[in-house]
Amino acid sequence: MQRFLWDSIKQPVRVALLCVAGLVVSLQPAFAEFKVGLVLDRGGKDDKSFNSSAYEGATEAKKKLGIFLKYVEATDDNAYESQLRAFAQRDFDLIIGIGFAQKEAIKKIAAQFPQKHFAIVDAQVDAPNVRSLMFEEHEGAYLIGAIAAMTSKTGKIGFVGGMDIPLIRRFAMGYEAGAKKINPQVTIVANYVGVTSEAWNNPPKGKELAMTQYDGGVDVIFAAAGASGLGVFDAAEERKKFAIGVDANQDWTKPGLILTSMLKRVDEAVRSTIEEAQAAKFTGGVKRFGLANKGIDYSFDQYNASVLTEAVRKRADELKAEIIAGTITVPDYYKKQ
Amino acid sequence: MRKILQPILAVVLGLTLGLGVTWIAGESPWHVLRILGRGAFGSSYDFGMTLFYATPLIFTGLSVAVAFHAGLFNIGAEGQLTLGALAAAAVGALWPGLPAPLAPVLAGVAAIVAGTCWGAIPGWLRARRGSHEVINTIMLNFVAAGLASYVALYLLKNPDSQNPETRPMGAGYLIHQFGFFGGAPVSAALPLAVGTAFLIWMLLWKTALGFEIRAVGQSESAARVAGIDTGKIRILAMAIAGGLAGLVGIGEVLGNAGKFRLGFSPDYGFLGIAVALLGRNQPLGVVAAALLFGALHKGTADLDMETEHVTRELSLVLQALIILSVSAEGLWSWMKKRGQT
Amino acid sequence: MAEGFTAAVELRELSRRCGNVAANAGINLRVEPGTIHGVIGENGAGKSTAMKILYGVMQPDSGDIFIDGKKCVWTSPTDAIAMGVGMVHQHFMLAGPYSALDNILLGAEPRRWGMIDRKRARARLEALASQYGLPVDWDRPIEELPVGIQQRIEILKLLYREARILILDEPTAVLTPQETNDLFCNLKKLRSEGKTILLITHKLREVMAFTDRVTVFRAGKVTGEVQTAQTTPQELASLMVGRKVVLNINVSPASPRPEPAIEIAGLSLAGEGAGSRHSLSNVSLRVNRGEIVGIAGVEGNGQSELLQAMLHPRDARCRTSGTVQFLNEDVTAWEALKIRDLGVAVIPQDRQHEGLLLERPVSESFLLGLQRNPAFSRWGLLNSGNWQAAATRAMKEYDVRPGDLTMPAGRLSGGNQQKLIVAREFQRQPRVLIAAQPTRGVDVGAIEFIHERIVRARDEGAGVLLVSFELDEILALSDRILVMYEGRIVAEFNRGGVSERELGLKMAGS
Repeated sequence: MQRFLWDSIKQPVRVALLCVAGLVVSLQPAFAEFKVGLVLDRGGKDDKSFNSSAYEGATEAKKKLGIFLKYVEATDDNAYESQLRAFAQRDFDLIIGIGFAQKEAIKKIAAQFPQKHFAIVDAQVDAPNVRSLMFEEHEGAYLIGAIAAMTSKTGKIGFVGGMDIPLIRRFAMGYEAGAKKINPQVTIVANYVGVTSEAWNNPPKGKELAMTQYDGGVDVIFAAAGASGLGVFDAAEERKKFAIGVDANQDWTKPGLILTSMLKRVDEAVRSTIEEAQAAKFTGGVKRFGLANKGIDYSFDQYNASVLTEAVRKRADELKAEIIAGTITVPDYYKKQ
Repeated sequence: MRKILQPILAVVLGLTLGLGVTWIAGESPWHVLRILGRGAFGSSYDFGMTLFYATPLIFTGLSVAVAFHAGLFNIGAEGQLTLGALAAAAVGALWPGLPAPLAPVLAGVAAIVAGTCWGAIPGWLRARRGSHEVINTIMLNFVAAGLASYVALYLLKNPDSQNPETRPMGAGYLIHQFGFFGGAPVSAALPLAVGTAFLIWMLLWKTALGFEIRAVGQSESAARVAGIDTGKIRILAMAIAGGLAGLVGIGEVLGNAGKFRLGFSPDYGFLGIAVALLGRNQPLGVVAAALLFGALHKGTADLDMETEHVTRELSLVLQALIILSVSAEGLWSWMKKRGQT
Repeated sequence: MAEGFTAAVELRELSRRCGNVAANAGINLRVEPGTIHGVIGENGAGKSTAMKILYGVMQPDSGDIFIDGKKCVWTSPTDAIAMGVGMVHQHFMLAGPYSALDNILLGAEPRRWGMIDRKRARARLEALASQYGLPVDWDRPIEELPVGIQQRIEILKLLYREARILILDEPTAVLTPQETNDLFCNLKKLRSEGKTILLITHKLREVMAFTDRVTVFRAGKVTGEVQTAQTTPQELASLMVGRKVVLNINVSPASPRPEPAIEIAGLSLAGEGAGSRHSLSNVSLRVNRGEIVGIAGVEGNGQSELLQAMLHPRDARCRTSGTVQFLNEDVTAWEALKIRDLGVAVIPQDRQHEGLLLERPVSESFLLGLQRNPAFSRWGLLNSGNWQAAATRAMKEYDVRPGDLTMPAGRLSGGNQQKLIVAREFQRQPRVLIAAQPTRGVDVGAIEFIHERIVRARDEGAGVLLVSFELDEILALSDRILVMYEGRIVAEFNRGGVSERELGLKMAGS
């Protein structure tokens, strides 16, 4: 009985639903508001690092430029594609995918919607309507390595990576090269929190690794481990040793103990891409962010002024200038393979 | 009649509660409902995604249902499907050059075998060692996740990707994707799932083995006195349940990704419990419930996009409310009683 | 009030339908305070339904309940117990691992500062126990106590809750003769203390010996209410079944053939833990085809273990040494199913848990164990047509009522459940029949029917092993009697070669 009822009304209901939906869509403001869709990865906008940074960049653009911004958080690996597609179908002008996990989805959807503009962070997609926002992490890590080696009194420095993937290996390699540049005898202890995406969000494990390193004589640790890095900072506090932050400026979290942070300006990359796209200056291809255009940098503010000495900063800035000038070539894990 | 009506009422109640929550969050329930409907069924692509999500849920729902008929609670479908997918991808990564008809069959068999073994272990532990399958299946989920990480990241790692995934398999492995879903990855795994549901229905209700499985689930002591080797039946039932969960690997690996991606499953294995519950452990019911949950999963993803206040988390609340109202069977008898007096 | 007393319990024109069946149709029942009132009837006659209504588990469709002359309407047993009406169920409602004390307190915990005040409760219970002469070991886990004591605890539970009207549902079904005697002594004591007792049973002997007044149920109606002193068992029996019944069937003499049906040699099972009584020591026995061998004994002397060892010889938990042979085949290493396929029919001791799929349709219980029989399945596929047809036929032949195959087996009355099991087991054309307590908790009509079938199976050449705790049954049916005591066979008698008294002594170990 119920089934029969439903059968007899479902068609009209469907049609009515679609009509109403169509009406609502067509009634939306007709003036050309620039629309930006942001697809965050599974970490979500409150991960306090990568995704947060991207979200902040987009929000800033919204405030400054008056664009229409909509973000979504992926529910699973197969959702990227349908969310990117949904944005493309709904007249969004620029669609940005955050994180390398979306690489294939962007590639596919960009090919299906050649009129739309896309951007992706941390992955390279070769298509005329896709801008790949790539960061020269190794350059920043090189400076961080140099700063760590200069600050270390024991000649032993540490590295705690999040997930063991090429991206993080790239950090590690640059870090090592920078440290060796300052002190060829330096010992570097490197550990990774894990091999799954859980590794980005496991502070206890991060802390455990850091404690072991500190107790083995390490006195500066670079944490490139997302939220697991917070555990490294806790260890630093307990052992009264230095730690170094990553991606965002994390100096404020433990003033005086965070030596510096390696800044990866995802927010800047997202913001500038939106700005250019709105001004009809969008270009495809790879856009690299490195020391030269301040997409990568190290932090210096009131929270670490007492620990990051003038001399260290001076030497670091010299190295920075040399890298920008091309007189120093930082080894790149990606190119090594 | 009541058997069909009750789950439907439960869904309606859950949906109403969920819409109430979105209303409190500041969103018009009618608007939310409309987006849900459009997100899940609005276009051939949307409907395709609904079917895509429903496919693994049919398998895991059947997996939980078969175990349940034997009086076992399979919480291990997540681990079983992980290993099933891994095995299929491993075959494809190790022998990428195999030709079309052979390759997918081989990979599919690998998926089933891996899932079957992973299901049989807790079955054996329960039957012969008396340790409870709920604990063992949960534990084996962790083991499966660890094993999959190790294989995907150290043995068969895809060198061209940052993602934790295995090397892509050869083109010969990919199974047919239907064209009319506008690019949604609906593959031959869907008819396979529906066909499997039919076979499981046959198994449970038309075969001696199925009768034995149900008898053991109904009354182990009666089955034992009747000469049924209850231990063997339990192992078999868990093995079948594992194999069913392992079949998820076919849709994901052969029909969609072409490789094993770590963490590809948005908890299909656990959702399978809800699917089986809503489907009353009947294969046909499982198919219908899987469709509903597929539609919910797809529809709620769109809610995030189309509304201001309904986020990913609220979508989960909506799904959870439906599961709750389905499982609150006591509620129905209570309501019935109230109606009588 | 016509009879000059205010009834402790009165049911007036009580009706209740269960599905399409009128379980109770206009029941009238009056119980005089301070008496033991018997309620008898065949299984399915409606006495359980009436008592469930009286106890608040079920609600009547129409009719009224009066307690001490006051009209009562209740929706749950809580209401009933508040009015002083309590029930001891046939299957005890006890939590096995907990102590007697905790079981009694469960649901009625005396609280002090939010904590359970065990001390006070214990003092009160000990007073109750000595007042009524019901001593109990308060601290042992319930599951370690004998059934008779468990029942005593159920009664104390009601007394603790200040019940004045006690309903006992088939209280002797699970008791040994000695325990039965104790129970009735205790009931008489309760009566002398002013309690009113409703005794639901179908054992005429108990009714005749212990009740003051009897109400007889048949097919949902009351067919008679009489003073016990003024009636005879034959009259009650005919009121129950609507026809004259022969209580002791005449079993023709056996003509055993020399072929062995069952041969057990040196069967032993070590009990768990030191000093455990639940074990078998060197049991050997032989049952020839065409004879009935009865195993007499008080429950818990190894009968269950013996049956387990015979049916599951491969299972190490069931047997530690010895051999089992059926029909000249050594089956010691066989799977259970293969053994059953030799033509071994089993009527299990606990029909609900070991014989039926209670929540499933009758047809499925009928198929249980036969699912691999070539008549019902081929290549693993069930032949529904054959199966349903055979089930329908069997329901008719074995008079299982109602003959509705789709009804859950658990909704059948006890006697019909047992007949269903007999119907199923006899589909095998048994050459060996193992019948454990085949008539436990079954009405007179069904007892007669089942006994007849067992004898007929014997006459058709089956070797029958009968395990029963009912002496009457053992004496009536067995061609030979073996007595089991503490895991051993301690005596053997031929038909007619032993008196009830002598057998009772042997069972008690002397």
